[in-house]
Amino acid sequence: MIELEDVGYNYGGGELFSNLSVQLAPGSFHFLTGPSGAGKTTLLKLCYGALTPTAGRVRAFNMDVKGLDRDQMAYLRRRIGVVHQDCRFLDHLPVVENIALPLTVSGRGLSEEQANLHELMSWVGLSERMDALPPELSGGERQRAALARAVILSPDVIIADEPTGNVDWEMSQRLLRLLVELNHMGKTILVATHDLPLIRAAKNQVQARVLRLSNRQIISAGADL
Amino acid sequence: MNALKALILGDKQADRVVPPSGFTAHLTLFVSGAMAFLCVFALALSMASGRVAHRWSEELARAATLRINAPAEQRAAQTEAALAILAQTPGVASARALSLEEQAALLAPWFGADVPLDTLPVPQLIEVTEAEVGYDAQGLRLRLQAEVPGAVLDDHTRWRRPLVDAAIALRRLGVVSILLIGGAMAAMITLAANAALAANAQVIEVLRLVGAQDRYIAQAFVRRFTLRALSGAAVGVVLGMIGVFLMPEASEEGGFLTGLGFQNWRWFLPLVIPPLAALVAFVATTRAARKRLGDLA
Repeated sequence: MIELEDVGYNYGGGELFSNLSVQLAPGSFHFLTGPSGAGKTTLLKLCYGALTPTAGRVRAFNMDVKGLDRDQMAYLRRRIGVVHQDCRFLDHLPVVENIALPLTVSGRGLSEEQANLHELMSWVGLSERMDALPPELSGGERQRAALARAVILSPDVIIADEPTGNVDWEMSQRLLRLLVELNHMGKTILVATHDLPLIRAAKNQVQARVLRLSNRQIISAGADL
Repeated sequence: MNALKALILGDKQADRVVPPSGFTAHLTLFVSGAMAFLCVFALALSMASGRVAHRWSEELARAATLRINAPAEQRAAQTEAALAILAQTPGVASARALSLEEQAALLAPWFGADVPLDTLPVPQLIEVTEAEVGYDAQGLRLRLQAEVPGAVLDDHTRWRRPLVDAAIALRRLGVVSILLIGGAMAAMITLAANAALAANAQVIEVLRLVGAQDRYIAQAFVRRFTLRALSGAAVGVVLGMIGVFLMPEASEEGGFLTGLGFQNWRWFLPLVIPPLAALVAFVATTRAARKRLGDLA
């Protein structure tokens, strides 16, 4: 589904990693872990086309990401739901409109999607917070809203960058359950995290693989929990 | 065509994704209003100049003056001879000698109303009106030279041309002013659009992240700036038309400085300005958005 072949990436002269190969098979669940600065976020950005590799090739849905034009890239983004650590909302729009943003930009009317939208809000536990503005949400609520936005178009792949970075343990568990549920629906999940207890907690819920990014290489790819 | 349709119909949801920005909104409204206001005056000036050029050209081209500079005892005879020649000249519709009273009235501004014209060596003036086909001025001059030695034909060409040229130049100046106003407006709106796009770089990033195409993002900005320019220009045009309406009416005493307003159906011409301003804003913002989105890629 998403495949990185001998990928390398340089930041202004410095090599972040090289010859890195990863495959995300359909329906798989991956954790990406490693120390701060190892390049986890960069690797995620390479997966959804926000960055272009300086070496090697990234293929998503059998397309070389490097060769995509702007419109094709927009369509790719609709097939990959992304949850950022800082969530990135439009602060002037209420939560419900932020969650519906992928529907809006893809030209699907909100009126015919109302039922799905309400169901989704209920699924992430934000039914009571629909009209709140993003700055009024707690850390956990923001992460759940970001997850709802990422899945509203029912993408094939969901990528989450430190989704539990700013929330307590209970909320981490709740987010993990939502991600596992999505995986059980057949979605491919890639979660970058340095939260090892979370990875351990996932052991009983899902068959996940851990990719450890360290010293410019993925060193423990394929290790089962 | 699709872009125009989307621009007119709009998308309520899409309009909300870009936050209403403060100073660029006011700048666009103010610039459009001010430029439309100036444009109304430039248009009025241009049209008035055109009218003046046409009127002077028409009126003066069809009139000529024959001056009889002859000693007092020969003046009547030469006047008679000149009138006879004019009556035979093809292209002359009519010719008549001005009476003493008419000549006195012409000199009154300089010598007063009771100028003793019969005691002064004032030449006799003959007013010549040209027919539609016109006459051969050079041929008439040669004949008068031979038969009426004291006659001097003045067909007004000498001083008509510079006046008409000046009026035409003024009209051109008006047109150039309108073009410059349009250019300045495009430049200002481009600056405002660039500022808005730069201020909303994060919004653009989020929109791209959730799969927005560049044309969707551009349209959100373009529609907003186009509508602002349209409404600003509409206010400017209304104020400009009120200003023109309040200007003094055309009068003989005021000469060229009066009568700068529009006439008849031409009062509707300024109504073209707001759609043109919207078009200028549409083109300027579309170009700015394309460039900015390209740079942000």
